[in-house]
Amino acid sequence: MKIKSLITERTKQPKQRVKTVGKRELISWFFLLPSLIGVFVFFVAPFMVIIGYSFMNNPIQKEFVGFSNFVNVWNNDAFRKAGLNTLNFSFTAVPLAVVLSLILAAVMESRIPFKSFFRSSFLSPLMVPTASIVLIWQVMFHQNGIVNNVLAALGDTSKTDWLKSDKAYVVLLTLFLWKNLGYNMILFMSALAGIPKELIEVARIESAGKLQIFWHVKLRFISPTIMFVTIMSLINSFKVFREIYLLTGDYPYDTLYMLQHYMNNKFASLDYQMLSAAAIIMFIIVSILIYFLIKFEDSYGKDVEG
Amino acid sequence: MENEFSKIYRKRIKQKKELEDRTKKIIVTVSAIIFAFFFIMPTLLTLTNSFMAATEINANYGSIFDNYGKNENGARTYISKTVNLKFIPDMVTFDQYYTVLLKSPEYLLKFWYSMIYTVPIVIVQLALASFAAYGFSRHESRIKNVIFFMYIILMLMPYQVTLVPNYLVSDFLGILDTKWAIWFPGFFSPFAIYLLTKFMKRVPKELTEAAEIDGAGEWEIFSRIQFPLCKGGIASIMILVFFDYWNMVEQPLILLKDVDKHPLSVFLSKINQGEISLAFAVAVIYLIPPLLLFLYGEDYLVEGISYQGGVKG
Repeated sequence: MKIKSLITERTKQPKQRVKTVGKRELISWFFLLPSLIGVFVFFVAPFMVIIGYSFMNNPIQKEFVGFSNFVNVWNNDAFRKAGLNTLNFSFTAVPLAVVLSLILAAVMESRIPFKSFFRSSFLSPLMVPTASIVLIWQVMFHQNGIVNNVLAALGDTSKTDWLKSDKAYVVLLTLFLWKNLGYNMILFMSALAGIPKELIEVARIESAGKLQIFWHVKLRFISPTIMFVTIMSLINSFKVFREIYLLTGDYPYDTLYMLQHYMNNKFASLDYQMLSAAAIIMFIIVSILIYFLIKFEDSYGKDVEG
Repeated sequence: MENEFSKIYRKRIKQKKELEDRTKKIIVTVSAIIFAFFFIMPTLLTLTNSFMAATEINANYGSIFDNYGKNENGARTYISKTVNLKFIPDMVTFDQYYTVLLKSPEYLLKFWYSMIYTVPIVIVQLALASFAAYGFSRHESRIKNVIFFMYIILMLMPYQVTLVPNYLVSDFLGILDTKWAIWFPGFFSPFAIYLLTKFMKRVPKELTEAAEIDGAGEWEIFSRIQFPLCKGGIASIMILVFFDYWNMVEQPLILLKDVDKHPLSVFLSKINQGEISLAFAVAVIYLIPPLLLFLYGEDYLVEGISYQGGVKG
C-alpha cells in the first residue's frame, strides 16, 4: 500500500512540470514544421509513389505486375554494368581515400612548418568547381597530353589514350582523391587532436611503441570519425559522375559507365517503372552498406567511447 | 662522477635524436611540398593560362582540341604536335577576359544562371535548417530521434535515388524545366539540418534553462541564444552548401531539359573547339565566387568540417 502511494506521488510530481514543458515541446514542433512538410512533399511522398510504380506495368494502366520490374532491371545488362562499375569504383576509391587522408592528417599533426599553407592547399580542391579544372585534366591526360609527354621522356612511348582506355579508371580515381582528400584530412585532424593526452601518456608509460600507440590507441579512439569519413567518401564516390560527365560526356569509356548514366538514359525515355525499380534497388543497396558500416563501427569502437 | 657521466650520455642521446628528428622533418616537409604542389597545380594553371593570348593557347593546346585532318591545309597558325604545359604566358594579356565579358554574353548569362540556382538554395536551406535544427535540439523525444535518423538516411542517399522522386514531384507540379525544379529539392535538403543540429546540441543546456526560468519564450531562446551562438556554424555550412550546388551537374541534366537553361557548371564542359582560347578565362570567372568564399571563410570552413565528424553528435 505504501509503495503504491509512493509511486503515484512520484509520477504526479513531474506531471505538473510536464505541462509547461509540453507547451514548449509543442512549439518546438512548429519550428520543425516547414522542413517536415517540405521533406514529405518532395522526398517521402513521391518515394511512396515510386514504390507503387515499381509494382505496376506503367503509370497509366496501373496494372499490378509483382516483382517483374525489379527482375527486369536486375537482369538488364546496362544496369548490371553500371552497378558493377559504380560499386567497383566505390570499393577502390573509398578505402584509398580513408587511408591516404589519415596518413595526411597524421603528417599534419606532427610538427611540420607552414602548416596552414599545407592545410589550405590540401583543402583547396574542395572549392574548385569541377568544370573549371576539367580543361587542365584533359590537357594532362589526352593522348598528346602532359602525362604522356612525361612518360615519353622517361622512356615509355606507349601513348595511352588515358580517357579512352582501361586506364580511364585510374584517372578518375586520381581526380576523386584529389577532390576529397582535404576534406577527409580536416575531419581526421580534428579527431586526432581530440584524443586525450593522458591516454597516450598511459600507453607510453606502459612502454607501447609509436606504431602500437597509433594502431591500438589512436585508431580505436577515432573510430567514429573513420566511420563517418567512410560514409561521406562513399556518398562522394557516387558523385564522381560529375567528373566523368564533364570529362567524357554522355558516352564514356566502358568502365566509366556509371549508374547515373543509366538513370539519365532511362529519364530520357521516361521509363517510369524501370526508373522506380532501379531507384528502389539502389536505395536498398545503399541502406545495407550504411547499416553494415554502422554495425561494424559499433562493435569495433565500443570500449573506447565515453 | 656518476652524475657527470649520465649528463654527457643524456646530452649525446639528445643530440642524436635531434639530428634524426631534423632529417625526418625535412623529408616529411619536402614530400608535403611536392604533394601540395599537385593539389594546387590545376588551379594555378587555369589561372595563369587565362592571361594567355588566343594564339598562344592554340599553339600550346591545339593538338588536343583541333582535328588534325580538318585543319591541316586550312590553318595557318602554328600548332605544336605535343602539348606544352606552361605556367607563365609569353605575354600577359586580358584578351580572353575582354572577349568573355564584353563580346560573348552567353557565358555571363550562364554565370548568372548559376547564381540564380545556387544563392536562393543556400539562403533558404540555411533558414529552414536553423528552425528545424532548433526544433530537433530542444525537447528531444523518441519521435524526434526517429525523424532525425530518417533525415540522415535521406541525406546519405545519392542523387541516383533522390532524383527520381524529385522528377516525379516536379512533373506533378508542372515546374519541370523551371528554376523551381532545381530550387525545391535544394531548399529541403537535410544536409544543413543535420550539421546545424549537431552545432545546436552543443550549446550548454544551462543557458537555455536559465532563459526559461527568466520567462523567455521559445522564439526568444531561438533568436537570442541558439541562433547567435551558432553563427560560426551557419557560416561554415553555408560555404559547404554553396560549393556543392555551385558544382551541380546531375540535377540540371535531368530536371532542366532545355539545354539553354543549364548553369555554367554543365555548360563549361561543352565549350567547343573554336572557343578553347576563352575556356580558361571562363573557368576563372566561374572559380571566383567559391575562391572568395574559401579565402574569406577558410577558418569557418575548417571548424565546420571538424564539427561534422565529432564523436557522437
